[in-house]
Amino acid sequence: MATVGIAGYGAYVPKYRIKADEVARVWGKKGEAVSAGLMVYEKSVPAIDEDTATISVEAARRAVRSSGINPVDIGAVYVGSESHPYAVKPTATIVAEAIGATPDMTAADYEFACKAGTAAIQTCMALVKSGMITYGLAIGADVSQAAPGDALEYAASAGGAAFILGGDHLIAEINHTVSFTTDTPDFWRREGEPYPGHGERFTGEPAYFRHVVSATKKMLEAMDTRPGDYDYVVFHQPNGKFPLRAAKKLGFTKEQVQEGLLCPVIGNTYSGSTPLGLSAVLDVAQPGDRILATSYGSGAGSDSFDLTVTEGIADYPRNHLRRMLENKVYLDYALYMKHRGALK
Amino acid sequence: MAVPRYWREIPQRYNLVGTKCGSCGKIYFPPKVVCPTCRRKSLGHMEDCALAGRGTVESYTVIYAPPPHFEGEEPYTMALIKMDEGCYLMGQVVDLEPQEIHIGLRVEACFRRIYEDGTRGAIQYGYKFKKMEEAETP
Amino acid sequence: MREVALIGSGVTEFGELWEKSLADLVAEAGITAIMDAGIDGTDIDALYIGGMSAGRFVGQEHLGSLAAEVAGLSDLHIPATRVEAACASGGLALHSGYLAVASGAYDVVVVGGAEKMTDVPGTEATNILASAANREWEAFFGATFPGLYALMARYHMHKHGTTSKQLAQVAVKNHHNGTLNPKAQYQRKISVEDVLNSTMVADPLHLLDCSPITDGAAAVVVASVETARQFTDQPVRIMASCHASDSISLSERSRFDALPAAVSAARCAYRQAGVEPTDIDFAEVHDCFTIAEIMAIEDLGFVDRGQGGPATEDGLTARDGDIPVNTSGGLKSKGHPVGATGIAQIHELMLQLRGQAGQRQVEKADIGLSHNVGGSGGTAVIHILEAI
Repeated sequence: MATVGIAGYGAYVPKYRIKADEVARVWGKKGEAVSAGLMVYEKSVPAIDEDTATISVEAARRAVRSSGINPVDIGAVYVGSESHPYAVKPTATIVAEAIGATPDMTAADYEFACKAGTAAIQTCMALVKSGMITYGLAIGADVSQAAPGDALEYAASAGGAAFILGGDHLIAEINHTVSFTTDTPDFWRREGEPYPGHGERFTGEPAYFRHVVSATKKMLEAMDTRPGDYDYVVFHQPNGKFPLRAAKKLGFTKEQVQEGLLCPVIGNTYSGSTPLGLSAVLDVAQPGDRILATSYGSGAGSDSFDLTVTEGIADYPRNHLRRMLENKVYLDYALYMKHRGALK
Repeated sequence: MAVPRYWREIPQRYNLVGTKCGSCGKIYFPPKVVCPTCRRKSLGHMEDCALAGRGTVESYTVIYAPPPHFEGEEPYTMALIKMDEGCYLMGQVVDLEPQEIHIGLRVEACFRRIYEDGTRGAIQYGYKFKKMEEAETP
Repeated sequence: MREVALIGSGVTEFGELWEKSLADLVAEAGITAIMDAGIDGTDIDALYIGGMSAGRFVGQEHLGSLAAEVAGLSDLHIPATRVEAACASGGLALHSGYLAVASGAYDVVVVGGAEKMTDVPGTEATNILASAANREWEAFFGATFPGLYALMARYHMHKHGTTSKQLAQVAVKNHHNGTLNPKAQYQRKISVEDVLNSTMVADPLHLLDCSPITDGAAAVVVASVETARQFTDQPVRIMASCHASDSISLSERSRFDALPAAVSAARCAYRQAGVEPTDIDFAEVHDCFTIAEIMAIEDLGFVDRGQGGPATEDGLTARDGDIPVNTSGGLKSKGHPVGATGIAQIHELMLQLRGQAGQRQVEKADIGLSHNVGGSGGTAVIHILEAI
């Protein structure tokens, strides 16, 4: 089978944060208890002029710049999000134009809750493997919405990451991908509604855990590997606790999860969640490291990836994500609402 | 803004594509059809040239009374920026605390939402600027 | 080219004139000027009317024809031209009328300027005024008119050490003068503290650093010097009428602490009039924002570059100073109905030159200068007048 993998990646997290304590204060809840319960201490907030398109462009531009790939060679762009700026008119073409990949290419937007970005990765993998394109750009990004006062408000945040998939100049080979998909209505948003609805505790075992665990087990079986064979594992992160519980169920250790666990400090970036976790791991991985990443999208499905880091990563510029995580400004709830456009 | 008008300037708004005079080499943004220095010698010799996006703040102001389309965003910072290529342009400087803006600040272009034509119209994207970050190393 | 003079003038009240339409203002100013000149309707060879944006303020274009209609002159079928150069529309209308008479094409021309700004909400007025800037590359990104002048103010402060207090003193002086002008929009004194404590509009410009939104109109009658004597024994000769352009975009200028168009028009005007800056007794300058007056007195050569702030602070431009500037109250206190401003400045010069300025009369008023600017400096029109 033809080699396919990651030739470049770029992440973007907005500069602003709000602490879970501050959100809790507004609703009369005990901040410490909430943050400890969710293992989410603060989350990222977009600037008033940022949205999924701008985040996708920043991440994509970073990937192109860091990888040195000529954008003209990108034959496909897919952006996965649940907060595309338009209901009809793709985010992908805005990104394509902004990185100079147009016009000889294909593009589309994806939606599959939080796994829309990994679905984009799988599509690009197939297009590369089949020889239809040289490089493909897959992005998962969101400016997640949650109703004020809802439990989701503590974690719903903004950010995204972009991956350039190709057959050569790879920093990580993708050895295999598998998926586990069912029709499970755990979390959804109706057309025209600003905020999602969800099944509360139903989003746990029958939804997140069933799909993440099943997809990961399928991968271990397909690759004939055991959890111990991996240096890092990344799971979708709706809060800080679910990935740790999934790891425990599957036999992975806390240490393997730690590097890719960003939710405690940036919240749940929805379609950006697994992509950003993977980016954090790639930022520190060494040649030869083995990575397993499993996303989760409500609705529901999980995409799992088995990767091996190559020698190519040694020359790749990699500390921008850490800088973005450290370079932060805190907002109070009023400014948070202003940033989210609620006060316009 | 009418969509054709917005669309025809996408190369400028997204990618800072200006023009370079084929005669004297001077770079202009926004694009020019004729070079003010070379005048008719430059006709037909103005080539597309994308700015790198880096520059220095020459002057700035903080706007507290916004025009239509920008209501709800005030206060925001507007700056006159000297780009590294030598030309000047005007743009917002974002993600900055009020005390951080000063003449001489090094900035680089970023991609942001400029405004939207209400809830039914198109969204206009374009360049704004933020403090230049340190160069990345492998 | 032959010598040209002004033989009459008139202004409406300036302010929020709810009961008056654009047509009412045009008619009132024009008729007042015609009566002041002592001419008959049949004496008029042509009309020029300056207006920046009647199309957007009141949905009215084709102002030349409108002026002919409200003046009751439409059956005379005289040429009527609308002139536009943003806030310099009035000055440019006069320059156009001047050239028409100097060339010999016409003998008697009525030139007016008018703007009706208060029929639209304030934010809409601001948006319309932004069309004097570069819409695509300045206004599109969020620049406002005060913002453009604020950029120049910040630069001027950085380069020359000009202070907010010095800027405020321009507003204080002009308000003081405005209390003596019954036609002014604002007739109340303000203090430096008032200015510095007023809301910040675009740092460093406060609300009281900015001229207001105003309705108003003004008109003058222009004639050749020979013809002038038939109608008045107090003609005012146009010693110089100069017009200069510059880039519409602030970013394209050769400098940000001055208006090169004003410098250029001033140089031309002094040469045409055969005078030096020191020969000018008093001036009406375009203080759309306080910084504009500070740059103006430098651009006009009244003070050295960078000294506009200290000179204002020292009282050089006060009514009893060496060179009184904006005895009318300036745009700040008199008001700024955009298209009318350039002509209203001429009206003030004429009053002073003819000794008819009453309480605001300056002692030495032999040669006066008007400085009218469009946008952030894309156009400048300068006139130098003397009583003959």
